[in-house]
Amino acid sequence: MKRALFVLPLLALTGVLFAQSGGITSMDGGDCFIESLTAEDAPNDAGGGVDITWTVALDTALPDSMVLERKDDSGIWAAISTLNPINGRKTDNELENGMEYSYRIVPFYAGTAQDPSIEVSASSSTQWIHSGRIGMLITLVVISLVIFYYIDQGKRGKELYIRRIAGLTAVEDAVGRATEMGRPVLYIPGIMDMDNIQTIASMVILGRVAIKTAEYGSSLLVPTCRSVVMSVAQEIVKESYLQVGRPDAYKRESINYITDDQFGYAAGVDGIMVREKPAAIFMLGTFYAESLILAETGRSVGAIQIAGTAMPSQIPFFIAACDYTLIGEELFAASAYLSREPKLLGSLRGQDIAKLFFMIVIVLGVLTATLGEAWEPASKVAVFLKTITSVE
Amino acid sequence: MRLVIPLMITFVAGMIMILQFFVPATQPMGDNLQEWYMIVSSAAIFLGAANLITVHVHKIRFKARNWKYSPITLIGFAVMIITGLVFGIEADLPFDYLFQQMVAPMAATMFSLLAFFVASAAFRAFRASNWRASLLLVSAFVVMLGRVPIGSMIWNKIPIISEWIMQYPNMAGQRAVMIGAAMGMIATSLRMIFGIERSYLGGAD
Repeated sequence: MKRALFVLPLLALTGVLFAQSGGITSMDGGDCFIESLTAEDAPNDAGGGVDITWTVALDTALPDSMVLERKDDSGIWAAISTLNPINGRKTDNELENGMEYSYRIVPFYAGTAQDPSIEVSASSSTQWIHSGRIGMLITLVVISLVIFYYIDQGKRGKELYIRRIAGLTAVEDAVGRATEMGRPVLYIPGIMDMDNIQTIASMVILGRVAIKTAEYGSSLLVPTCRSVVMSVAQEIVKESYLQVGRPDAYKRESINYITDDQFGYAAGVDGIMVREKPAAIFMLGTFYAESLILAETGRSVGAIQIAGTAMPSQIPFFIAACDYTLIGEELFAASAYLSREPKLLGSLRGQDIAKLFFMIVIVLGVLTATLGEAWEPASKVAVFLKTITSVE
Repeated sequence: MRLVIPLMITFVAGMIMILQFFVPATQPMGDNLQEWYMIVSSAAIFLGAANLITVHVHKIRFKARNWKYSPITLIGFAVMIITGLVFGIEADLPFDYLFQQMVAPMAATMFSLLAFFVASAAFRAFRASNWRASLLLVSAFVVMLGRVPIGSMIWNKIPIISEWIMQYPNMAGQRAVMIGAAMGMIATSLRMIFGIERSYLGGAD
């Protein structure tokens, strides 16, 4: 629970940091084509932005174009943008915070500037909290606290029930099969880079799989699509081999870079499958159109295949072509499941409780939104539920 | 220290990325971190290229199994680099010609294989072995029929049923997967940011 204290400052921010808005200036445009012009501090930004909004008069002659002008330090108006003669909004960026900026719009008829609109002013400022994300921040903090609570429970030794995941139970069998057949294990970490959470999850699982291959003495092939992924994979596999006392069995060249190109990578990995005939293939990470190409080729060489991704569009392909498929969240649960560490299993339990929370919110949301059509308080509850579960 | 420094870097970087989503004032810090990642990632391209050359030169040198493919890889790699460096990468120059006439068609060929793989996977998946597989078979058949002109020729309601299947049962299933995955992402991120998951550091758990 001590770790939860790190999250509390986030919650505290929601209550105190509301330094919003640099003021609004709004003017009617008199007889000008510009009916109204408004300038205000751009909301929810790091500063330096002013939003300018205008409406046009529909009962006057339509100009060819309009120019938005800003007054500079010496009081001279300078054009900053050409506008279409319709209602609109524009953000003027890269301004100095706290300085007052004036704006006006000049309509042009047959290339000649006419009387400008009335000028409006505003200054930009830095916002300390995103007003459209407060609900999600509170929800995230609550979810985090729940997860930390169950991690704590796990550490205290409380027995936590985690349902059996067939795909993960089969990992050991798959590596054992490869060992018995004298063929390699092929691990494909997807085609995205290390800034993708699925690739990170895949790297963590790779560490667990590498421990198994090191223990069983199977060879492990890891072709990668990104250089950074290759470097990370090399370090993780090396550390896993060291951990089980088999540094001699680690082969750096088995974890190699193929290409960044999606189908070039698919061709390269297909080639490895056909030539090396791996007995077990792991496809864990982010996959796109190459998923079925890889899975079907793997199937054709008779490998036992365990796939996992959080890409909803690729899951059906893996289910059709692979022996086991980790669907969405199971990919992220794999590391904890394989290690059986109480604190990691505790986080899985917390994750499940958080999911239960969202299930309740969804059911309540559907009910209140439906009832809200006839009963006002219910619609307010529906709006509240939407606020805490959505972001701008 | 071997553990503390990576854990601290992970914690600070992770917290900055979370904060910048909720606190606009910290967005420049998040942008800076992403720029750093781009720089590291760009530098790592050389690592990838060096690995590619090393692996294939090693294969040729020691006549490893299937070494005959390695010279083709190295020659292709060298030709693309040399033409790009010497002539530039603009349109109608040798690099662009090689890309358009060789790389693009080969990628298209790989992509086109998908049609055959979809057919073979569908053949297996759509076997009516039990009631759930039969349900899948019927819905897939209706969806496929609804997406081609002959579907509406047979019965003009088929495209509507097809759309309904895609928009409601299918969408609900996809969203369920996405919500579950989002929970998994949050839990994984928290485990790593707070140093609970350390297996990626190797032997540290």
